[in-house]
Amino acid sequence: MTAVAIPVGPELRIAPSVLKRPEHTIEIVSDAGEGAQKCGQIFGAVSAKMGNGVWTVEIIPAEIQPPPRTAEGASGNRIRFGTGPITNWGDETNLVVAFNEQVLLGRHRLGALASDAIVLLENSWASHTNPDIRAAWDKARSELAAQSYRIIEVPMEEQCLTIDENPRKGKNMFALGLLAYIYDRSLERIEEQIAYAFRKKSEEVYQRNLGLLRLGMEWAAANLDFRIEVPTNPPTEALVVMNGNEALGMGVLASGMEFCAMYPITPATSVSHYLAEVFSKFGGILHQGEDEIAAVGAAIGASYSGKVAFTITSGPGFALKTEFIGFAVMTEIPLVIIDVQRGGPSTGLPTKVEQSDLLAALFAEPGDAPRVVIAPATIEECFHAVITARQIAETFRTVVIILSDANLSTGVQPFPRPQLKKEWLAPELDLGPVKTGQRPYEWDARMGTSPRSIPGQPGGMFTLTGLSHDEGSKVAYGAGVHQHATAMRSRKLAVLQQTLLRPAINGDQDGDLLVVGWGSTKGAIEEGVERARAEGIRASSIHLTFLSPLQPGLKEIFSRFRKVMTVEINYSDQPGDPFITEENRRRGQLAMLLRAQTLCDVDCWTRVPGESLRPGFIHKAIRDAVLTLTGDRP
Amino acid sequence: MTHCAILPLLDDDEREFALGDYEGATARWCPGCGDHSILTAVEKLLVAEQLKPEQTVFVSGIGCSSRFPHYLKTYGFHGLHGRALPVATGVKLHRPDLDVFVVMGDGDCCSIGAAHWIHAIRYNIHMVAMLLDNSIYGLTKKQTSPTTPQGFKTNTQPFGSFLPPLNPLSTTLGTTNVSFVAQTAEWVPAHLYATLRAAYRHPGFSFVRILQRCPMYTQGMYEEAVKNPGSIELLMHDDGIVAPELDKIYKTRATHDPSDLDSARRLAEDSTRIRLGLFYRNEARARYDLLRKPPKVTSSERIALLNQELDHYAV
Repeated sequence: MTAVAIPVGPELRIAPSVLKRPEHTIEIVSDAGEGAQKCGQIFGAVSAKMGNGVWTVEIIPAEIQPPPRTAEGASGNRIRFGTGPITNWGDETNLVVAFNEQVLLGRHRLGALASDAIVLLENSWASHTNPDIRAAWDKARSELAAQSYRIIEVPMEEQCLTIDENPRKGKNMFALGLLAYIYDRSLERIEEQIAYAFRKKSEEVYQRNLGLLRLGMEWAAANLDFRIEVPTNPPTEALVVMNGNEALGMGVLASGMEFCAMYPITPATSVSHYLAEVFSKFGGILHQGEDEIAAVGAAIGASYSGKVAFTITSGPGFALKTEFIGFAVMTEIPLVIIDVQRGGPSTGLPTKVEQSDLLAALFAEPGDAPRVVIAPATIEECFHAVITARQIAETFRTVVIILSDANLSTGVQPFPRPQLKKEWLAPELDLGPVKTGQRPYEWDARMGTSPRSIPGQPGGMFTLTGLSHDEGSKVAYGAGVHQHATAMRSRKLAVLQQTLLRPAINGDQDGDLLVVGWGSTKGAIEEGVERARAEGIRASSIHLTFLSPLQPGLKEIFSRFRKVMTVEINYSDQPGDPFITEENRRRGQLAMLLRAQTLCDVDCWTRVPGESLRPGFIHKAIRDAVLTLTGDRP
Repeated sequence: MTHCAILPLLDDDEREFALGDYEGATARWCPGCGDHSILTAVEKLLVAEQLKPEQTVFVSGIGCSSRFPHYLKTYGFHGLHGRALPVATGVKLHRPDLDVFVVMGDGDCCSIGAAHWIHAIRYNIHMVAMLLDNSIYGLTKKQTSPTTPQGFKTNTQPFGSFLPPLNPLSTTLGTTNVSFVAQTAEWVPAHLYATLRAAYRHPGFSFVRILQRCPMYTQGMYEEAVKNPGSIELLMHDDGIVAPELDKIYKTRATHDPSDLDSARRLAEDSTRIRLGLFYRNEARARYDLLRKPPKVTSSERIALLNQELDHYAV
């Protein structure tokens, strides 16, 4: 570990005790706008760069400026970091820095904190001039006293005021200083990261932030009796660290796509924020349409006339785009749609994670509209999913939907730096004449694939239509033509399916329970399985990247386990609840799909808590499922 | 591509396009439908301007008039109801080298696609947008459209249309960054053609409302205007629509300077008579397509740039 010269005066006291931990989970929470997220992001990035496994997630209130000092208004980050790789946000937080007691209460009430958590709490509220605030402080302290937290009061505001007249602006850097001291983070790395985070601000802002950082470190060194060591493991290969939306954005750049049309929607928009900064350098246009429909329409127009284009959205926006998605399937215009899922239905939980768009992604349109649906499971897969999606869309003249979610969008994780390849890039448009006599949909009768002609190509002129059409794109209502054309559009999925790999089994190749997951839950599921296996439970898991078409071999894999159960962040009825029977029970979305496709009795354990699934809960669900199976009811 | 037709081996300059080079399937509109005359005028324009069929895209929505692209032999995009303009926006932003024409009906443009219409005016992307306005939903058989006259009986408002009709000219002229607004009528072919030509030559978003008869559902709506040319007022100006063929028949005229937006709005708002001509033209308006021109980037440059991006995120 890089030794940090802690700038402490000569009155240095007794050396603090150093607690060594294989991993630790911390949170920084504040009112919105106080910068806790920036502090958390910098801490996460620095930890990754120093060689810790890291998973960072944002704690986001739904409003931009929720009322200050409210439990619901908690805003910030959770960072779970360890000596080995970290694949999910974990269970409970071990150390919290809270800017007021109310946001701390919010986290406490959600059960986010370990019972022995260390809490560094801003204490200016205790002596606030407003008696209501002092009363709220006292009340909160007594509620918090029910747990065995170790609460350390920190005079953050008082300290910050010594160098800045607006402590609200700088508290986050002071907090970063506290954490930098406690976890012995590299000062050089932090400075680098602060410089990058505030690259658009003045040198003065940078220097003030460094001052506040040092102040936090000094205060911690002078007042804390502990430090925590989470040994680092300097990476042996080049890594990059970013969140899922940045990874999607970089995937776009690596895919060579040049046109994005979008409409702002949480939690998808930050992909566009990233692209808005850099896309034009890469020859790209990010067009903010007048609405969700216009956005997908413009993407389709661009794709029809050139390189595969894409749109970015989330559930409510996806719903609006469905007519156009069916149109793109019908007219075989390649198109990539990124859906960063949030809680639904309707406006739902705009900033919170859910995996409830799966069936909509597969079936939202009236009519038969087969398309490809893929779900990245990690930040790294977000990057690669876009490249793959572009290639599939072009090869099969089809729509490819990427289902990310709010967990991946704000989760930050290091991963091996991609070695960029030219073949990932969309080739330059070939506007040479089309083959004489080539029809607009010259379907390969076995595969359903066909070459497309693009405006500008002499000899390829045709009128594309969403009406039922024949190979010549002529409107044709005849039963035979519609049957054949529909089969051709569907056949492409079967062809793609045959090129896919069977999912790898995590754990033993057979056993009592197989957990099936998709999307961002992979890390938590595998950790839950690992803990269960450590107890001797015969559980394994698979994780599906392709949801349409489904990967091969599922039925055979399922047959090796006594029970198959999906774990998903969407709703299912709980057995035992009033009126819920085996017959009427509504199941998780992947479970429904797998039951239909494999005729296996796939059970599900799903929750919609508005947060990522905790590995501990999954572990318990696995244990309960296996105990039920063996007749030993939990 | 390895397969070459003979035609494209010729120099562009040597290719000469005749009417037959633009003609697609036989039009299936009703006899007497105004769409036929509009198709003829458009074909005439394509020949006159010698537009390369492969460089020309006609985008339409859904409705009778949106069958338009099928009857041409250019690239055609018969899309979704109300959504022609977003598609055309995508085409033109990604492929500024293409000539883009948009064909919409009154339901398409002024009702289900109204949001796109307003924003397309503001984007002011170089394309010709034709509103084929027959004041009725034809394909779905006589329902009230936004431009149906008040009191006109339809299948959805059988006791007469409740509200005064939406005025597409006022709406367009009232929108920020409007750059070209004209009105013409399908039964005045010389004016129609001259208007489309002016629209095509305007560097920006040209909005042309074409008054159109529907022989099935709005018989008689323009009977007086057709029989009595004097009831129509032509807007005249040296910078306006110039069609000398009309001099002997259309004698009711008003001078209107198309650079005068206030006058254009007043004329558009006055519903006491039908006016044909150029209401407004301003070539100096901001053009979104010109503001959104990214550089050409080679594969190697792309990879180098992305590596620089990754450097920011390197551990």
